[in-house]
Amino acid sequence: MKGVLKKDLLVFGACLVVYAVIQGLIEVDFIGPFWVLNIILICINIILVTSLNLINGFTGQFSIGHAGFMAVGAYLAAVCTVKLQLPFIVAILAGAVAAGFLGFVIGLPTLRLSGDYLAIATLGLGEIIRITILNIPYVGGASGLMGIPRYTNFTWVFFATVFTVFFIKNLINSTHGRACISIRENEIAAEAMGIDTTRYKVLAFTIGAAFAGVAGALFSHYFYIAHPASFTFMKSFDILTMVVLGGLGSLTGSITASILLTFVSAALASYPEWRMVIYSLMLIILMLYRPQGLFGNKELSLKMFGRLMGGGKNGSANGN
Amino acid sequence: MDFASFASQFVQQLVNGVSLGSIYALIALGYTMVYGIIRLINFAHGDIYMLGAYVGFYATTMGKLPFLPALIIAMVVAAIVGVVIERLAYRPLRNHPKIAVLITAIGVSLLLEYGGMLLVSPQPRTFPPVFGNEIYNVAGIIVNLQQIIILVISVALMIILTYVVNRTKVGKAMRAVSFDTDAAKLMGIDVDRIISYTFAIGSGLAAAAGVLVGIYYNSIDPLMGIMPGLKAFVAAVLGGIGIIPGAMLGGVLLGVVESMVSGFISSTFRDAAAFGILIIILLFKPSGLLGKNVREKV
Repeated sequence: MKGVLKKDLLVFGACLVVYAVIQGLIEVDFIGPFWVLNIILICINIILVTSLNLINGFTGQFSIGHAGFMAVGAYLAAVCTVKLQLPFIVAILAGAVAAGFLGFVIGLPTLRLSGDYLAIATLGLGEIIRITILNIPYVGGASGLMGIPRYTNFTWVFFATVFTVFFIKNLINSTHGRACISIRENEIAAEAMGIDTTRYKVLAFTIGAAFAGVAGALFSHYFYIAHPASFTFMKSFDILTMVVLGGLGSLTGSITASILLTFVSAALASYPEWRMVIYSLMLIILMLYRPQGLFGNKELSLKMFGRLMGGGKNGSANGN
Repeated sequence: MDFASFASQFVQQLVNGVSLGSIYALIALGYTMVYGIIRLINFAHGDIYMLGAYVGFYATTMGKLPFLPALIIAMVVAAIVGVVIERLAYRPLRNHPKIAVLITAIGVSLLLEYGGMLLVSPQPRTFPPVFGNEIYNVAGIIVNLQQIIILVISVALMIILTYVVNRTKVGKAMRAVSFDTDAAKLMGIDVDRIISYTFAIGSGLAAAAGVLVGIYYNSIDPLMGIMPGLKAFVAAVLGGIGIIPGAMLGGVLLGVVESMVSGFISSTFRDAAAFGILIIILLFKPSGLLGKNVREKV
């Protein structure tokens, strides 16, 4: 336990250094607005991708409706700041709670389904959430909710991201997380071992949805607007793509894939008509040559850490 | 609303729904056949439908071809593209986790959409009027010529498909592969070839749907396949995915429900209705209307 804590503190320290460097570069205007935007997008994507990885990669429940929960967080947080004049942190928490609650309510009946059927159901639910929002005049309907203050900055997204990753990492290494992984490996065997599979599936789904809500809140408070068109199933596919590309069940993989794909799409921004074509070709080629994702279900840093420290505790957790 | 006008409105929506639904059914057939045989949700299927619409468009405008040859050309081109996609993008991943193939399918779908935009420009095109605009008024119910043609062509294609699947050797092989791939292989069936046939037939049907929609709505664009693709998928699940008559039934039912919702409630809820049906059917009978429940064994 001590070793884990020490390692966590070490990684957290490294995060602070990274934060200080990037924030410093932003302060002195070395990083222009375009790249600041992309760094913020990377952080938001990391939150979305790691939280979806908790559902898809670690618990093995195939959900492709993540954009719906993101939309709930985005809209509810925007309502809190715009209509109720609440502080930003309250708005983020409200978005997270609302998305998590919705995840719980939706998860309870749908998680009885498995495999492709669950995927389709979550896809449909994501679209239903979006269409419902589209039909609520209070939040602007089809034209979106405008005039949201820009509270999100690099500090907010960075620490939200660090919190998310640490939360999910520690959850996975806890009893609850192990229960989730056992469901992924073999649901029937897990049940036979006395694990309440429904409970853990709903737990993972709720937590994943709540973090998607956080990401949504940060997203809408950066772009001044919450628009239903930002949360279509294409957004869910985007997140899913990053999860699978990074490797199902690999948090470091999720982070790498978020950074890689966001950068690729930013780098291609100057060729708008070719952007999606190159993006899709790259996706197909990467999947053909690396179907298990970049890292499979292994963790990059932990393995290296494990080797450095002579076989640390976590090295074996996600290996073999 | 008194009863007589309600009844005529109801029948009117029923007519619209059946013609819309037969298009969903044509697309859903491709989904269901591919799913039945390799358990893949082929997200690129909706884009094959778009491709078919464009081939039909160019065949009628540039090629100056009449309707039927244009339809056949569109179906053949789409069938070839479908087979090529399967060969290049899905076959190498046959023995890998399903999710990898699913992501590849999403990639192919994006490639077709945005590659299509690059090739034919994102602007919607106006499909030339292939048929006259005759409108028949049968006892207060308005039916136009396009609706009749959609229905006739779809029914004809479905009859041909049913014949192929149930009466020919290829169809028999398809059913065998879908029932048990390994056993089929042991019986000497060339599984890869059968999968190619399945993709060809499914894509051809989607292309026919694309041409018919182009004629019906007069407008086509490179992203037209996304929503109908998803809805057709809902239709396939509704009827029981992997079951061919289920896709036909699901498609028509979905079309009718959508027409009813947009006719009696509000057209903005049309899309929500489709997904609402999806959720309800998945919760109460996940195997679909015509599906059989299969218990998972240890």
